[in-house]
Amino acid sequence: MSIMNLNENNSNSQVEYLKNIEGIKPFADRIKEIGFYSLKSNRTISTLQVNVGKVCNLMCKHCHVEAGPHRTESMNRDIMFQCLKMVADNHIPTLDITGGAPELNPNLAWFIEEASQLAGHVIVRTNLTVLRLNEYTNMPEFYADHNVELISSLPYYSAKDTDRQRGEGVFLSSIAVLSRLNELGYGQRDGSLKLNLVYNPGGAFLPPAQDAIEGDFRRVLAKQYGVSFNNLYTITNVPVGRFLTFLYDSGNLHRYMERLTSSFNTSTISRLMCRDQVSVGWNGQLYDCDFNQMLGLNCTPAHISEFSLETFKEREILLGNHCYACTAGAGSSCGGATSI
Amino acid sequence: METYYNPNDLSKFATMGEEAPELWELFMSYYSSVFKDGALSAREKALIALAVAHAVQCPYCIEAYTEGALEKGSNQAQMTEAIHVAAAIRAGATLVHGVQMKNIANKLGF
Repeated sequence: MSIMNLNENNSNSQVEYLKNIEGIKPFADRIKEIGFYSLKSNRTISTLQVNVGKVCNLMCKHCHVEAGPHRTESMNRDIMFQCLKMVADNHIPTLDITGGAPELNPNLAWFIEEASQLAGHVIVRTNLTVLRLNEYTNMPEFYADHNVELISSLPYYSAKDTDRQRGEGVFLSSIAVLSRLNELGYGQRDGSLKLNLVYNPGGAFLPPAQDAIEGDFRRVLAKQYGVSFNNLYTITNVPVGRFLTFLYDSGNLHRYMERLTSSFNTSTISRLMCRDQVSVGWNGQLYDCDFNQMLGLNCTPAHISEFSLETFKEREILLGNHCYACTAGAGSSCGGATSI
Repeated sequence: METYYNPNDLSKFATMGEEAPELWELFMSYYSSVFKDGALSAREKALIALAVAHAVQCPYCIEAYTEGALEKGSNQAQMTEAIHVAAAIRAGATLVHGVQMKNIANKLGF
């Protein structure tokens, strides 16, 4: 029986399940042993990561958001306005927009128009394929006009391995969009339009060394498809959402958690992304990261309308055993490896 | 059912250091040095290890280096080709010994 069979909004049962995996020392106890407990955020916030909704045109097997075409959660303009105010009032330099597919939020263009006047740096995490749908074919030019940095999932440099994770035809569709982005000036070595790719493992194993796999991607994509990009980020699959279901159903959960815990790397602690950012959900709820968001682990106060920098700086980060994914091996964050 | 090979035994590998700790330490030091990036990349070395694991038919090594090769960024197509290299060498080694058969047969025969 799957622990996720009942519905996709079972964050409490996911948290409880992760707490009680036999032989896995609680993450908080692990960092207590090395003097990092309680884990505090930094004095400043460098990134506001905004999850504008769970609607997506894909249903990726590893997706911690459990996003898909059937989802309806989508951030409204009022919450976006509060995000913009938070960025402006607190001089937060980076606005990082994620989803779901952010493009499927009808307010995205407005949000970026406004944000580009406030934040120094706007990032959109795009799945690429959505940009081939008729309604969104103008978005690459829009992104370029607003100097938006794009971070795009592309789990492998071959069709078979990518499609197994993200769906039939996704790889070649992604390549077509990457080519178009290159034509617009994205992903050029000395250009200002940044195009970064994200590798994540195609299953229950850790990612390779970031620089090594980046080299493989760069060589194959250039040679076979004439595609270029700026950087490749490796991200460890986090046992949350659809990936947690996969681990459980495939009998890989215990082995994967042991792999994460046995690869615990103390040097990743100082660069954990939760220490530099605040994450906002589609409904304005506040979290330490997108994974805590999907597990319903709210910050206090819980809503963006109650945010103050004074309360959020040096706040205690909410921890769980899923946090082992960010401290395994070379570490993991939305910006790739943290200990290179 | 009892078998000679037990998957859980892989995690007990380090118990081989209990009676001969100095030799174990030397082995581990050598082993970890071998697999670092060098003239060959760590990814290439993991593929070689995977191929050799199949040639020597060690189930522990096959498990360890399947995961190891994936974690170095290889895919199943590359790993399968590596195993074919091992298989080809084993097949070739078998066949080339056929020359020995022919030599002996020719010597014995008219």
